[in-house]
Amino acid sequence: MSMNTNSSLPIEYQSEQSRLNILGFWIFIGAEIILFATLFAVYGVLKPRTANGPSGADIFVIKDVVVQTLLLLTSSFTAGLVIYEMRRNRLKGLILWAVITLLLGGGFLYMEINEFIHYVHSGATMQTSAFLSSLFVLLGTHGAHVTLGIGWAILLMMQLAKRKITPVTAGKVHIWALYWHFLDVIWIFIFTFVYLAGVL
Amino acid sequence: MNIKWDKILLGGDPLLVGSQIAIVLTTVGIIAAITYFKKWKWLWNEWLTTVDHKKIGIMYILSAVLMFFRGGVDGLMMKAQTAVPENTFLDAQHYNEVFTTHGVIMILFMAMPMLMGIINLAMPLQIGARDVAFPQLNALSFWLFFSGAMLFNLSFVVGGSPDAGWTSYFPLAGKEFSPGIGNNYYMVALQIAGIGTLASGINFIVTILKMRTKGMTLMKMPMFTWTVLVTSLIIIIAFPIFTVALLLGMMDRLYGTHFFTVEAGGLDMLWANLFWLWGHPEVYIVVLPAFGIYSDIISTFAKKRLYGYTSMVWAVVLISVLSMLVWVHHFFTMGVGPAVNSVFSITTMLIAVPTGIKMFNWLFTMRKGRIEFTTPMLWSLAFIPTFLIGGVTGVMLAMAAADFQYHNTLFLVAHFHYTLIPGVVYAVFAALYYYWPKMFGYKLSEKIGKWHFWLFNIGFNVTFFPMFFLGLNGAVRRAYTYSAESGFSTLFLISAIGSIILAAGFAALVYNIYWSFRYAERNVGNDPWGNGRTLEWSIGSPAPHYNFATLPEVKTIDAFWYMKKEKKGLGLRKSDLKPIHMPSKSWIPVYMGAAFFVFGFMLVFEWHILSIFGGLAVLAGLVFRSFDYNSGYYVPVEEIIETEKWRGEIK
Ligand code: HEM
Ligand SMILES: [Cu+2]
Repeated sequence: MSMNTNSSLPIEYQSEQSRLNILGFWIFIGAEIILFATLFAVYGVLKPRTANGPSGADIFVIKDVVVQTLLLLTSSFTAGLVIYEMRRNRLKGLILWAVITLLLGGGFLYMEINEFIHYVHSGATMQTSAFLSSLFVLLGTHGAHVTLGIGWAILLMMQLAKRKITPVTAGKVHIWALYWHFLDVIWIFIFTFVYLAGVL
Repeated sequence: MNIKWDKILLGGDPLLVGSQIAIVLTTVGIIAAITYFKKWKWLWNEWLTTVDHKKIGIMYILSAVLMFFRGGVDGLMMKAQTAVPENTFLDAQHYNEVFTTHGVIMILFMAMPMLMGIINLAMPLQIGARDVAFPQLNALSFWLFFSGAMLFNLSFVVGGSPDAGWTSYFPLAGKEFSPGIGNNYYMVALQIAGIGTLASGINFIVTILKMRTKGMTLMKMPMFTWTVLVTSLIIIIAFPIFTVALLLGMMDRLYGTHFFTVEAGGLDMLWANLFWLWGHPEVYIVVLPAFGIYSDIISTFAKKRLYGYTSMVWAVVLISVLSMLVWVHHFFTMGVGPAVNSVFSITTMLIAVPTGIKMFNWLFTMRKGRIEFTTPMLWSLAFIPTFLIGGVTGVMLAMAAADFQYHNTLFLVAHFHYTLIPGVVYAVFAALYYYWPKMFGYKLSEKIGKWHFWLFNIGFNVTFFPMFFLGLNGAVRRAYTYSAESGFSTLFLISAIGSIILAAGFAALVYNIYWSFRYAERNVGNDPWGNGRTLEWSIGSPAPHYNFATLPEVKTIDAFWYMKKEKKGLGLRKSDLKPIHMPSKSWIPVYMGAAFFVFGFMLVFEWHILSIFGGLAVLAGLVFRSFDYNSGYYVPVEEIIETEKWRGEIK
């Protein structure tokens, strides 16, 4: 609750409230890990239960998934550059890299939506089998997170344009970046345990 | 699939029509009264938009008392129905709905918010903080709980109640076997309240880790605060599992997926596993803070330091770990095999070890103490033997082989009421009496409190003790009636009479609140019990909105006790006073509660297009919050001096 600032720390840690927010967000990520772990467990259990519908090997297009993965991994790198620019108090660089990050994230989403449309057109809907239910919900939950992350970043850009880089806005950007990296980590698990394990 | 308008209002049944009319009249009455007394502005400024943890605590407690009434009426209705054989007061469908709403409301909308209220009220005071880490998020947690609770209660008169038990097992709870919308309420309302609980968990952890006053190391924290920390950790681990289970259940019911169905590869046991992976830790989420309350109260009124403080902390930690390793004991009979059953049988029994340690520590705390039999202490004393019965029968149920005998009988129902009522409800009552002066500046009447205590205790035992024997004789749970030849009649009748005594006990509490509000002595001072040990008793009653005029420094556990003994650190010097920074009130949390309510309602009725608008309303709240840069305000020194006048002159 105090308004103390400590200027020997990186800018996002300077205000007391930001420090609390960042810790709180780490704990939230802990909860998110449990949430995704549960979804993975559900997927693992239901994966063989295809009920005469298609299995993963029948529908996955690995080439596209590799592109998706590259897009998201690159966006995680550029999100790191956002923080790099922020700590050097360079607003222009920050916004530039954030926009690139969002474009990459948007590209990822575009491909994911296409992937869903492709599945549905080939008769693999989430109502077809337990396997597909769990696939759609796992991917959909991740995709919804990415969508939120993009919307959130746009709001932050508007605030940065108005308020510049301050301990408060920097704290917000840092938290958003944590979230973005986290989504990337989840995707690596999806890539490995859903797609690779599905076609191998 | 769209639900039509004529499905919304339930008609026909005189009980329902009566309630509908009563609800409409009460609502109109309340609105008229607030308007007549010109209280809208006050209500909005002082309560609906508040971010003060103490006021939020009071709102939690108030709502939980109302929910206790609703859940209690459900309990009484079941007892009335089974009082005599072949009774026709409730039919099978009604009985199903009543035990479902009873179970859900008691656990999620009574026990949880009651404890959330007490935590909100007491924990920041115990650690010498001026608020929680995220005051606005705290208000959001409350409004999400409230919105979930209202949505769930609406099911009684609008659209139909859920009827698949508080465990909502699939495939029974799925669309094929429960086509109405009742079980949609379960999936949606619990989700909304659950988000709030998760937020509270994060909030409390950060508060306890980061906002303790100077000198209060972890091992100098009051026991209650310790239990809150561990409970919050369990919340972080267990609630996301329930979030997923409810999401998948909702997908099955609303969008035709096949997670838990019996066709297309769905797996009904998946629900049972997910549910209990959350459900068993959940009962520890409610019981651990209660253990903390007892620890503080027993040491206060035995006037001794808590015996075995360190072992108490470790016991709580151990219980929290074990609580996540026992979930299969809820379905020993569903065919996972003897090997798995044995493992879970043993983990379950192991919980008795740390719990036993705690029991002995409480007893040793009282040994050679000069015990004062105040109402909070009476509840704590009664807890020990009654909870022991719950624990011993729990170990009986944990023996997998024997469980085949009493599984799904009233023996189980008696067991968990013997753990939940002494383990949670008694603690909540104890804490209400204990902290009432800190909330409102006057005590509840001790005399009426004793009536409350004795009626409730006797009523509770008379109600539930016979149910052990009914269960052993083969009376199954969730059965709406039985034949006279079964020989159950006498015990059921005794049990029903007990529940009337129990209800009288609750009525005594309500009367006590009314009586004390009117007549109890005011100006009870900062330490109304005379034996306060922890920091909350060092500040005025009711606690000022900034809590501590200056932040105290702590050297030992039971810091306030030693301050009194050494006469150090109690006074207030003018030169130490500085303006205090406080968070501003906000309309966003209550708006979010309303938005979630609308969103949830649309989902329940499967109006998919409208529910998109509900979702947008929720998102709009998030956007408002993101642009909210209000950084609070300062309480001026003059106001602090004015508020602290009760200490005498401040130099
Ligand atoms: C206030 C007095 C209470 C009475 C008279 C009462 C009575 C009952 C009865 C008769 C049943 C159903 C038995 C059956 O299966 O047919 C029941 C179930 C249950 N009660 Fe209570 N109860 C009370 C308080 C509580 C409290 C305080 C809690 C929790 C904190 C609680 C939690 C439950 C749960 C979880 C169920 C199981 C519901 C289900 O089968 O889905 N009850 N209670
Ligand atoms: Cu259990």
